[in-house]
Amino acid sequence: MIELRNLRRDFQVGDQTVHALADINLRVAAGEYLAVTGPSGSGKSTLLNVLGLLDHPSGGHYLFEGRDTTTLDDQAQAELRNRRIGFVFQFFHLVPRLTARQNVELPMILAGIEPRERARRASHTLARLGMSDRVHHRPDQLSGGQRQRVAIARAVVMQPALLLADEPTGNLDQASGADVIRILEDLNQQGITLVVVTHDQSIASRAHRRVHIVDGRIDQDSGGNEGA
Amino acid sequence: MKARDVIDFAAGALRGYRMRSLLMLLAMAIGVAAVVVLTSLGEGARRYVANQFSALGTNLLIVLPGRSETAGASPATLLGETPRDLTLDDARALERSRHIRRVAPVSLGTSVVSWRSRERDSVILGSSAEFLPLRHWNMAQGRFLPAGDLDNAEAVCVIGENVRRELFGMHRALGEWLRIGEYRFRVIGILESKGQSIGVNTKNLIMIPVASAQQIFNNPSLFRILVEARSREAMPLAKRDILDIIRDRHQGEEDITVITQDAVLATFDRIFSALTYTVGGIAAISLAVAGILIMNVMLVAVTQRTAEIGLLKALGAPGRHILLLFVAEAALLSAAGAVIGMALGQLGSYALRTAFPELPAWAPWWASLAAIGTAMITGVLFSLLPARRAARLDPVMALARRQT
Ligand SMILES: Nc1ncnc2c1ncn2[C@@H]1O[C@H](COP(=O)(O)OP(=O)(O)OP(=O)(O)O)[C@@H](O)[C@H]1O
Ligand SMILES: [Mg+2]
Repeated sequence: MIELRNLRRDFQVGDQTVHALADINLRVAAGEYLAVTGPSGSGKSTLLNVLGLLDHPSGGHYLFEGRDTTTLDDQAQAELRNRRIGFVFQFFHLVPRLTARQNVELPMILAGIEPRERARRASHTLARLGMSDRVHHRPDQLSGGQRQRVAIARAVVMQPALLLADEPTGNLDQASGADVIRILEDLNQQGITLVVVTHDQSIASRAHRRVHIVDGRIDQDSGGNEGA
Repeated sequence: MKARDVIDFAAGALRGYRMRSLLMLLAMAIGVAAVVVLTSLGEGARRYVANQFSALGTNLLIVLPGRSETAGASPATLLGETPRDLTLDDARALERSRHIRRVAPVSLGTSVVSWRSRERDSVILGSSAEFLPLRHWNMAQGRFLPAGDLDNAEAVCVIGENVRRELFGMHRALGEWLRIGEYRFRVIGILESKGQSIGVNTKNLIMIPVASAQQIFNNPSLFRILVEARSREAMPLAKRDILDIIRDRHQGEEDITVITQDAVLATFDRIFSALTYTVGGIAAISLAVAGILIMNVMLVAVTQRTAEIGLLKALGAPGRHILLLFVAEAALLSAAGAVIGMALGQLGSYALRTAFPELPAWAPWWASLAAIGTAMITGVLFSLLPARRAARLDPVMALARRQT
């Protein structure tokens, strides 16, 4: 489903070039559960952003479901982000003025889905994540764990093929962090491809495959099919 | 993304930043209200003057004896001749023109008027039955001068309200005989008072048939001839006909002056229209200022809402959706501002009309349309820059900031 070929991402800082990702080759099959680990500044977030089409690689190719995304225009990329990819952030990124359900409805609004259908699907998805009694709460009326559940609901409500999570437990305590991971794993069980960036070894060890990044390069890959 | 959702989302964002939205709304509303009130003032002044003039009569031409100075000296004046007088025959001859609807000869003088022991000085105006409709006057009681041959010096008169009150008091005036100079006239009608309009005051007037006036004053020449053209378009033709006809009758001498009401009115009209445009234009500048305010506030909004924009992009909004959302915000603000401004403006011009009942201070429709149009256009135009900046934001950069 995902194929990275000699992928690079350079940042120009002053007259210095930072190679956040250098020559990454990676294949991820549909339904995989992948944990990305590595020291701070190694390029994990950058990798995830590229996978989520939030960032453009400086070189190489990124094939998503067989299509080379580097050739797609803004509109086509936006459509992929909307329908095929879900993103969960460390800092939730909920819109503060909107209720939980309205936040979950956002991707459906962008997709032009009817209000009635939107409300139905948003409520349904929130219920699946155990949030039925918080549907009309605004983010500031929710706990961190609850906020992250809303964010997850928003990420999966369009039933994407790929779910990307960048340190989804980074801002949560042990218990709610474990909750969130369980939810993500459930979704993976139901067929979604899951890529989680984490510092937490105990979380990483639960994944079916672990990719360790150091200085923008893949240092270890338990899946072992690097350079396919 | 559906249009309704765009509007809902934009409205939600506006409600989310209440203070800022109110400020922009206020700026827009003041701009629109200013345009409406100021143009209604200008238009009111224009109409006030126009009304004053049209009270004199519509499509009115006034024929005076003598060549006007500005038209250059004619051979006659060079030779020191006095211009030929206007006569009743001249007036009758004018009726031949098919561009002329009515002709009323006017003979004017003053005389002592008395009834029983009471007497006063009064302006005596000799004319014909045509005079009343020509000047748009009305009768309060009785009837006006009878139609018929202009030479018919019937001994009847029509009097103004002040004349009636001073001579007759509580006594019934109609049917009474009063004395003008050496002659006796029967009162057949009383003029309706028209208030003080440009021209003669109807209240102090006595009107008699033109031939009678010529007898009293022992003067066959006319003070002037009033002419009503068939239409506004016919006025230049009527004027040409008048000049031609009188020249023929005066041995080829062009010794009269024709004044058209409309020429004077048109000048005033132009002055006041220019005034209205200018004032409206100045007010419209405040709309442009409101537009610039919107731009500034929106630029700040884009910076403040970077994370939200990044999020929307991450959730699958292409750049043009973001553009649309921001432009929709500005359009909503402008529309709401325009509506509020319209209401305020109408209220303002209503207040003007209440304070100055003489002034028909109604904002012209084009000014209201232009105000709303300018508000919408400046709002949208000035939001384009910030909206494009938002649309071009890199989602990664946008999301890099912390947010709940
Ligand atoms: N916008 C940017 N401009 C310049 N350099 C950047 C930018 N974003 C990331 N980098 C650099 O790229 C490298 C990788 O950054 P990245 O955020 O991917 O690290 P990370 O592995 O997610 O770290 P952490 O675990 O701390 O989140 C870092 O050296 C960082 O300084
Ligand atoms: Mg990171």
